[in-house]
Amino acid sequence: MFEGIRKTFGSHTAVDDVSLSVERGEVFSLLGPSGCGKTTLLRLCAGFETPDKGRVILNGEDISSLPPNKRKVNTVFQNYALFPHMSVYDNIAFGLKVAGKNSTDIKLEVDAMLDLIQMKDHAHKKPSQISGGQKQRVAIARALVNKPQVLLLDEPLAALDLKLRQRMLIELDQIHDEVGITFLFVTHDQGEAISLSDRIAVMNEGKIEQIGTPAQVYESPVSSFTAAFIGDTNFFDGQVREAVPPNYSRIAIDGLPDALCYNDSPRRPGDMVHLSVRPEKIRLRRMPFESHDYENTMRGTVENLVYLGSSTRYWVRVGEWLVTALLQHRHFILDEAPPTWGDEVWLAWHADDGFMLQRYALTDEKLLMMPEDGDMLGEDLSPDQKTGGEDALSSGSGE
Amino acid sequence: MRTLTPRRIQETLFTAPSFLWLLVLFLVPTLMVVSMSFRTADPYGGIGDSFSLEGFKDIFSPSFPGILFRTVNLSFQTTLWCLALGLPVAYFIARAEKKHQAHLMLLIIIPFWTNFLIRVYAWKIILHPEGMLKDMLVALRLVSEDTSLLYNQGAVLLVLVYTYLPFAVLPLYAAIEKFDFTLIEASRDLGAGPLRSFFRVFLPGISQGIVSAVMVVFIPALGSYVIPDMVGGTDGEMLGNKIAQRVFVDRNLPRGSALSTLLVLAVVLPVIGGLVVKKIRSNGRAFADVPSIGEHGL
Repeated sequence: MFEGIRKTFGSHTAVDDVSLSVERGEVFSLLGPSGCGKTTLLRLCAGFETPDKGRVILNGEDISSLPPNKRKVNTVFQNYALFPHMSVYDNIAFGLKVAGKNSTDIKLEVDAMLDLIQMKDHAHKKPSQISGGQKQRVAIARALVNKPQVLLLDEPLAALDLKLRQRMLIELDQIHDEVGITFLFVTHDQGEAISLSDRIAVMNEGKIEQIGTPAQVYESPVSSFTAAFIGDTNFFDGQVREAVPPNYSRIAIDGLPDALCYNDSPRRPGDMVHLSVRPEKIRLRRMPFESHDYENTMRGTVENLVYLGSSTRYWVRVGEWLVTALLQHRHFILDEAPPTWGDEVWLAWHADDGFMLQRYALTDEKLLMMPEDGDMLGEDLSPDQKTGGEDALSSGSGE
Repeated sequence: MRTLTPRRIQETLFTAPSFLWLLVLFLVPTLMVVSMSFRTADPYGGIGDSFSLEGFKDIFSPSFPGILFRTVNLSFQTTLWCLALGLPVAYFIARAEKKHQAHLMLLIIIPFWTNFLIRVYAWKIILHPEGMLKDMLVALRLVSEDTSLLYNQGAVLLVLVYTYLPFAVLPLYAAIEKFDFTLIEASRDLGAGPLRSFFRVFLPGISQGIVSAVMVVFIPALGSYVIPDMVGGTDGEMLGNKIAQRVFVDRNLPRGSALSTLLVLAVVLPVIGGLVVKKIRSNGRAFADVPSIGEHGL
């Protein structure tokens, strides 16, 4: 759908040689931090920008030079952009009126849309009289009523609060199931992207880092950027010491025992790599693990923890390293005595659960700085919230 | 009945001076003018004691409908021109980079640094039969030697538009500056072309600014006196000139007052009418809501 697209604003290249194609009926997400070019890509698709290079193709037709009103795509804007002087009904009817449909057809179609978004009672209200979530639904209905070939959604949930965002996410999914139109979804929230999309394109600095299903992108990221942007992970800088048949590598890491890891791609001894292990893949307990159960085990001290309800996040000091592990609460936690501050604990993970990434010296610095604003459906706490969570915990837990 | 909270008292204290000012220096004199128009004139330019409708006899003079029409027509045309010229200017300024906007607004305001009378005199010089503009137009064969640029309705309209244009630009600029331009994108996205987006989304979006611009141009234009007096000939005379003539030349205050009263009514009645219509409409909407609430059993 996008072919070698480039767009520059002044000296800033917003989108750099991007090609990707979206299947009909798919929910496709463009995911990346702000300024990565995802919104520009969306605006190129809607026709608000024209590419400096490359083509935008819709259904085999080059639409790069068509004005927005001639394109069979519709947009749900981040701030909704509902017409303030029109009622909800007139907002939804706008596209149909412009298309010159007769008023009985318009009434039928708008009423059908009002049913879909459950806003029949509010049809005569002005946008200023309805809530944020309702505005959101009207914005979606206003776009969908025109039966676009692609529905473009520009951070449609960003302005809503957490609970509403989760509900709208489910509603969006249901609407997509009902209308079956292709959704192109722009977001910086990995949780939204993962839960809604069929496929995700992770973008960084105007380029696409990886395209894949949510599970592929999460479980098997191809770059450190993707690994760090989607979910949390522990990065260990290491060097491949030796190949271990059938398809594993032993990795030397400063200050840790050697780690065993599955090879996603061929590795040779001496390669500089990142070993990345997701926190939920790491087991944690007070007692040592049997080495035939887990290839990688190590001992450390609990430095910090945050109780998250369904799980507890631990920061465990192992020599120079601070390892993050997520302890799932499968049992009633108050009957157990989970490890607490200063406790000695054992960590363990399978060789298949980590993955190796080529080291890019420059990106690493940035990754470690990156704020985690995209919480996994709000279950996670970002590091800057850590202290707050801790206080709440220390007063409530009673050791 | 509102209770007198400290906040209410504070508000009253702060607004009292301006209300007092308006009451003493605006409302009372206007009412005095209105009452004066129902009195008799005395031969020495004063007002008599008895009630009389004599002052209103100008309405029935053969020249009155012409002057009234001309006054309204010129004011109306001035308003249209000011909107037509002011909109692009206001749009340009509102869409310019933030740091340039103040400078551009300054350019709009600069003419006010020169006295209004002097600026009108300047127009007299520009439009003078032996002035530069006339010579140039004649040389370019655009007008003949014996057309007059001055002392006609055209000259009055030109100077009126010149005078009131900045007043129109200011509210239009304020409205456009606040306008959310993603609405235009939304309109284009939904299939509307540029023209339709302009009329269906942009103009309604800045309607408050347009209403203000119409108010600050049309109303003062109706009462113009200096401009038609200086650049208009006999065929450029407006109601303001007639009032001045009654007061200064005829020394007949009741007749001048009567015309003033008419002018005030001409301005106030449409505004009141507009308010009443708006009130009725919003009431009508409230009634329309009732069955829908019943329907859904809320």
